[in-house]
Amino acid sequence: MRRGWFLPIAAALGFSFLYAPIVSLVIFSFNENRLVTVWSGFSLKWYGELFRDPQMLGAAWLSLQIAALAASIALVLGTLAAVALVRFRRFKGRTLFSGMVSAPLVMPDVITGLALLLLFVAMESLIGWPRGRGMLTIVIAHATFCTAYVCVVVQSRLSDFDRSLEEAAMDLGASPLRTFFDVTLPIIAPALVSGWLLGFTLSLDDLVIASFVSGPGSSTLPMVIFSKVRLGVSPDVNALATIIIGIVALGVLAATIIQLRSKPKKARA
Amino acid sequence: MTATHEPTYPPPRRLRPWNAVERRLAKVGITGRMLVLAAPALWLLVFFLIPLAVVFGISLATKQFGRPPYSALLSTEDGTVQLTLHLSNYIRLFTDNLYVAAYLSSIRIAAIATIITLIVGYPMAYAIARAPDRWRNILLMLVILPFFTSFLLRVYALTGFMRGNGVINQVLGLFGIQPLVMMQTDFAVYVGIVYTYLPFMILPLYTTLVKLDTSLFEASADLGAKPLRTFLSVTLPLSLPGIIAGSMLVFIPAIGEFVIPSLLGGPETLMIGRVLWDEFFTNANWPRAAAVAMAMLLVVVVPIMLLQRAQGAVVEK
Repeated sequence: MRRGWFLPIAAALGFSFLYAPIVSLVIFSFNENRLVTVWSGFSLKWYGELFRDPQMLGAAWLSLQIAALAASIALVLGTLAAVALVRFRRFKGRTLFSGMVSAPLVMPDVITGLALLLLFVAMESLIGWPRGRGMLTIVIAHATFCTAYVCVVVQSRLSDFDRSLEEAAMDLGASPLRTFFDVTLPIIAPALVSGWLLGFTLSLDDLVIASFVSGPGSSTLPMVIFSKVRLGVSPDVNALATIIIGIVALGVLAATIIQLRSKPKKARA
Repeated sequence: MTATHEPTYPPPRRLRPWNAVERRLAKVGITGRMLVLAAPALWLLVFFLIPLAVVFGISLATKQFGRPPYSALLSTEDGTVQLTLHLSNYIRLFTDNLYVAAYLSSIRIAAIATIITLIVGYPMAYAIARAPDRWRNILLMLVILPFFTSFLLRVYALTGFMRGNGVINQVLGLFGIQPLVMMQTDFAVYVGIVYTYLPFMILPLYTTLVKLDTSLFEASADLGAKPLRTFLSVTLPLSLPGIIAGSMLVFIPAIGEFVIPSLLGGPETLMIGRVLWDEFFTNANWPRAAAVAMAMLLVVVVPIMLLQRAQGAVVEK
């Protein structure tokens, strides 16, 4: 068996490659020096600067609102799409439907962004809606590509679902709608939570699509970061990155602990 | 089966409204299925399929001043509707060297980066698949974790790492090695793609590798094959679906990449996502940008079909 020295070393190198840039970024966020990579002492001043920057704070708040709205819309649409794809064996236009659901996953961002902007412009000149571009158009754009991700997550949960539970509910006289809310929904709830979180993260992260469909005065956090980074070195971005990485790490840690606590009964059997 | 006595649970009061709603809708010919399908189908039709049609339409217009900055496809003159289509944008794509070069160089950069990602990711996926059970989940979590941290910030972290006075060069300096120029080169773009897309390569590879039947390796060893031989003639062919799925998951988005070449690449790093961006934001030539997007779609359609086939194979196993 291949249990020699090669695999562990290759894996260790790979993991250090994945984490070294992030770790160095976190370390240098506490650096006092303006030059990002010259260490001249521990300092929290970039964090202070970050929280005094109204542009950064405004963009962060806008991004959080957009992400929450887009993830929620995507959750509803993605769940419905997943139910349709897993539960309805055959219906007219199934191929087209499943294609539409999964295509945004692989579509290059620049194309999605351009396409939605051209649609919004054409719609505005035809029917007068949406008026201008801003939060609304970004939410619509993000909800569209997040739907695809939610659908994938919910689909995989639905397909290893014990159908007999739903059949039992129906036999006992529950309507399909009631069966869905009282039986199906609680069982797929974990997938819904992770689908929503995935959509939220993806929306928070998107730069390209938001750049296309945003208007003047509605810059999301990635857009502000991108323009700052492009202009040159800005140590407060290090501080912001560290905060985001910290929140994500805590979130993942919490999710893991919850999962580990609820699993042993099943997994050990 | 008929119930001999009234069930006391669930309370019938909560049962009625749902049934009533469904019955009333059924009377108008609306079934539950239609309702479930309607919302996502309509949304994706309006905000995904139609936009692509709009892009195609506008790619056949020409640039003009005004709002919107492209010529109308349909115009009414003397009571007749006229359809004016321009192929100039597409002709330009083939005759102007910039576009051909950009497509070719995007494919080249994405392909080389994908191969490097495969070489880096395969041993990692294999090591995770062979790791003891309690380690496996932790290692997988470590692979997925960077995916949840911002893509943009990870690319930014790389700039601090590879800059002239960055971490790598400081470490090299300790050994008396001259600083290397890494930023603003194609090399930096390769590193950027490998770094950010590595999880997409490792996960499908892991999924196929962990399902491989270990008795096959034992059989191969019993028959006298050395480990390397076993790997090349047993493991590698069996993990092909994972290799294809992972490669496509890296290759397809890398072709259209905008953030990595603009933050890490140099001025001569030519990628089609950047060309589209400049065409749109700098030159404000919407029809040309639309034509670039349509041609880009054609370039990624074949890899997408390959991906779908490979994913089917990964899931079936």
